Amino acid sequence: MKEIVLEVRDLVKTFILDGAPLNAVDHVSFQVHSGEFVALVGPSGSGKTTLLSILAALLTQSSGEVFIDGQQLSAMGESERVKLRRSRIGFTFQSNNLIPYLTAQENVEFMLRLNGTLGKVNRLRAEELLARLGLEDRLRSLPAQMSGGQQQRVAIARALIHNPAVVLADEPTASLDTERAFQVVQTFAALIHENQRAGIMVTHDLRMCKYVDRVLQMRDGKLVNECKTRIEIEALARGEH
Amino acid sequence: MRALSIATYLALKEVWRGRGRFLLVSLVIALITLLVLFIAALGEGLANGNRQYVSNLNAQLIVFLQKSDTNISSSQLQVDTVRQIRRVDGVAAAGPIYTSSTEIEANKSPLKVSLLAAEPGQPGLPPVIAGRVFHTGDSGEAVIDQNVALRSGFQVGDEMTIRSTQGGTDEFFYLRVVGLTSNQSYFFQPTIFTSAATWEKVRPQSAADLKDDTPYPNIIAVQLADPKQIQSMEMQLLTKVPNIEVADIPTTINAIPGYSAQQGTVQTQGVFTLLIGVLVIGGFFQIQILQKVPQIGVLKAIGSSNGTVGASAVIQIIIVTAIGVGIGGGLTYLFSLGFPPTIPLVFNGTSSLFAVVALLLIGPIGGLVSVIYAVRIEPLKALRLQ
Repeated sequence: MKEIVLEVRDLVKTFILDGAPLNAVDHVSFQVHSGEFVALVGPSGSGKTTLLSILAALLTQSSGEVFIDGQQLSAMGESERVKLRRSRIGFTFQSNNLIPYLTAQENVEFMLRLNGTLGKVNRLRAEELLARLGLEDRLRSLPAQMSGGQQQRVAIARALIHNPAVVLADEPTASLDTERAFQVVQTFAALIHENQRAGIMVTHDLRMCKYVDRVLQMRDGKLVNECKTRIEIEALARGEH
Repeated sequence: MRALSIATYLALKEVWRGRGRFLLVSLVIALITLLVLFIAALGEGLANGNRQYVSNLNAQLIVFLQKSDTNISSSQLQVDTVRQIRRVDGVAAAGPIYTSSTEIEANKSPLKVSLLAAEPGQPGLPPVIAGRVFHTGDSGEAVIDQNVALRSGFQVGDEMTIRSTQGGTDEFFYLRVVGLTSNQSYFFQPTIFTSAATWEKVRPQSAADLKDDTPYPNIIAVQLADPKQIQSMEMQLLTKVPNIEVADIPTTINAIPGYSAQQGTVQTQGVFTLLIGVLVIGGFFQIQILQKVPQIGVLKAIGSSNGTVGASAVIQIIIVTAIGVGIGGGLTYLFSLGFPPTIPLVFNGTSSLFAVVALLLIGPIGGLVSVIYAVRIEPLKALRLQ
């Protein structure tokens, strides 16, 4: 039995829009286990980015609870949330992902630097992880000298290097062509599984779901469907849902 | 401590990898530095040219004629006033000072100088650094300021010609240079010192003045037995000596015609240049931060603290400013080497030091708004939300 790394209980996030309350996230509950890669899908405005922001400890919920690695987010102060993001969460973003004045290796090592664990051994790990992602000849390259796919792979390495409990990806393939998008998600999924992390990927591209273990579909802030089986997931990825 | 180390790492990496962009700002700061340092040096130089002789006087109080508003040119004392002052308890020495200006025939072109007279061994006559002091009486001897020597080419032993208007006609007098003194500018002119009798003979005079051969001192420099008793001695002199007014050295300097207005003008120019510097640096860093909002959002989202982000911005500003001030200081020094001695530039004054400190502060002050802005950027900016 795999342990629960991320647990969301009856989560609500309310915004006031034109004077009226609007539940961007509306009583959402789910769990993610270690080694599990989950896709969060839904149309624009369905609340998936708001949900991801709460899971990333970037936004506070209106009600409900989120537990990451057993830690209750609502009980944390701002400095504890910063520390949690630094040590227990890994991120990849849609764009502006990497620090532009750091090389690929420095970007990855930056997470180790933030956590005070940058040593000889971890430097080697960072190099190995980048090599694993096919970037062994790009270690000294700045983001501007790399393609979008290469940048996303560096971001994946950065998201995993410090052994976080949860890895969150916000539209990681949005700026990539289809072939590169598939490669990136496939690599991401493989690393999540190998390293036994809990991974959540927000995407509007259902084709990317074929590499995940579970799909959560959102609409109007609610979880409206959950695809658990391979057959359901592949049907969804083919656009049959 | 780790936050500061990470902030330094980020700042150095960004400055190094964007060195072209940052160097450009440093060069703008360098030009501002050049301008500010020149203004400061000019201010110091002009102030020196105006006040140097008075501020270097070996005296604590200056005695003027009553109602002269402590203006040296307006003051003309009676001959026996100096004797009355010397009799006052607490006065260690008192030296009459006679001021005028004239022109000497130098190698290349006539040189305007301040013609001062003072008594050897009394306050008012500066130390002689080469040669000897002139003899008293109408000796026809002079001690000249180094600046006169530099600009005219006269040295100890030379005879110099003085052109002086006497009752409407130009007359020429010959003075032998017997000694050199230094740093004695007065009224924007280098000085030559003579005895009172020689001064009375060679100074420009109106037809009315020619009828009287008695030299009248403009002021008297008073050295006190206890230099700390300035205020009480001032009162005592006023009580015991009639028809005088007394001022300390700073008051005398400020009363030099045009001195305060000139210094105010130069200082205002300096302050406005610094303000422009603050705006330029502030503008650059604000634009830079605005361009970096998503990047700062990512930094915060992945766990960098506000302190790290803020410190990184401050360190960058300090680096860029320090480099700019360094380059500007170097450029100023190089330029100053090529300036002729006629331009009153003084770089070793306190105003130059003050300017450097102010220049080092304008970066952090100018960048303050951008630092606050950077600290307030929400990590949510890393996502598409907001």
